[in-house]
Amino acid sequence: MSKYPVKNREIMQGSIAVAETIGALEPGVIGVYPITPQTHIVEHLARLVANGAINSRYINADSEFSAASILYGAASAGVRSYSASSSQGLLLMTEVIFNMAGTRLPGVFSAVNRSLSPPINIQVDHQDTMTLRDSGLIQIYVENIQEAVDTHVQIYRIAEDREVLLPAMVCMDGWIISHAYEPVTLWQEDAVKEFAGSYDPPFKVDPRKPLTYGALTDDDKITEFKYMVDSALCRTENKIVQAAELFREEFGNFHGDVVEKYYTDDAKIIIVAMGSVVGTIKEAVDRMRAGGKKVGLLKIRSFRPFPAAAVRELLSGAEMAIVVDRSFSASAGGILGSEIKANLYHQNGPVLFNYIAGIGGRELYPHSIMEIVQESETAFSKDCVPDGAVFFNLNEELL
Amino acid sequence: MKLNIGGITEAGQSKKNLTGSWRYQIPVIDQDKCNGCGICELFCPDSCIDINNGRAVIDDTYCKGCGICVKECSRDAIVMQPEGDG
Repeated sequence: MSKYPVKNREIMQGSIAVAETIGALEPGVIGVYPITPQTHIVEHLARLVANGAINSRYINADSEFSAASILYGAASAGVRSYSASSSQGLLLMTEVIFNMAGTRLPGVFSAVNRSLSPPINIQVDHQDTMTLRDSGLIQIYVENIQEAVDTHVQIYRIAEDREVLLPAMVCMDGWIISHAYEPVTLWQEDAVKEFAGSYDPPFKVDPRKPLTYGALTDDDKITEFKYMVDSALCRTENKIVQAAELFREEFGNFHGDVVEKYYTDDAKIIIVAMGSVVGTIKEAVDRMRAGGKKVGLLKIRSFRPFPAAAVRELLSGAEMAIVVDRSFSASAGGILGSEIKANLYHQNGPVLFNYIAGIGGRELYPHSIMEIVQESETAFSKDCVPDGAVFFNLNEELL
Repeated sequence: MKLNIGGITEAGQSKKNLTGSWRYQIPVIDQDKCNGCGICELFCPDSCIDINNGRAVIDDTYCKGCGICVKECSRDAIVMQPEGDG
């Protein structure tokens, strides 16, 4: 018998494992619109509801805009809510997500990362979720199926904390996490529910005591409202750390708090990345370490709130930092790379390399990572560090 | 005063905003022509018109003087009259 509340351990598909976990949490309202590669999650939840396994109210929306709006409505009535989407679907939710963050309504989304159109591509990169980064939304990027499961257990108590009250998104790479099969531990329903706690917001829609949501505000108060969203998201950093620590205590798993470090202590070269590629990078780091290279990995788990202090502390001792970005802001470089760079300004930190790689599912192997490190080291030794981000493995013959 | 999170407030706060002060002209009902059909009541964007005893009555506390009621009245029973110093 495990001392942890294990329900069962089996080889499962990522989407099913996440759906089972949401099922264990039994949110009051599930508002969804299907889109690849997220569909298996909501299909499985529909099955759980139809079979009477869970008591959630399952609402098929007519668009992702409506699906997110259903979460807005549920959260404003004090009901725990859930949705999942990908790619264009997340873009269609964007207006509502800003609205939820501004109105401080903590619905939870699974984002199954997928490239944005055009051209249509259903494979993974991070452009969809990174485009939501300015909304006030909490975003945690996970590395594998078990972390996806465990982060869904953690996320409600973070988002619904009275000092936070913000929408939250667990970002998991399409296919590589959503459709892969791995051995997964699922947790007992009562333990999962107890960990999540209850959602008790300061305001609730109630016909007997009418309230105004979405009121107009002039310039005399708008900055303060925006500041309150900013400071709530900053406060979230501690809540993520606390949830990760408590989860380790009660469930025995730990995937990092706001970041995870892997051989960073004595590393001269630190690779920074998030999502499933982190697993690939760990393998590459092991191989390079075996060859005597002092290389490490900094996994960004919480992209929002941005773990600025941890980034500065962990990168300060390195000579080189290499950010592997799965998204970019056209003309301005990789998004993660730009933010890491901004946080190292005036820090006497490492020389920074930024690679845009793995776009639209272009495969990243351990040898790709080793190639990136080799290329960066050569540029570093020749003192010809690129000014901006570099598109990795760009096929010039097609241009 | 401290701000509520999320800008959530008591309902009915807009009643404090006396929008009638924005007006420079006011609709006046010709009581002989008005038959209380309620078209103006339906179209008023600020719900400032009531039908009372079969006749339209304007709420001048909130009427902004937009003049939509004048356009909509099929009996030409409403005219705009300048107010204040114009």
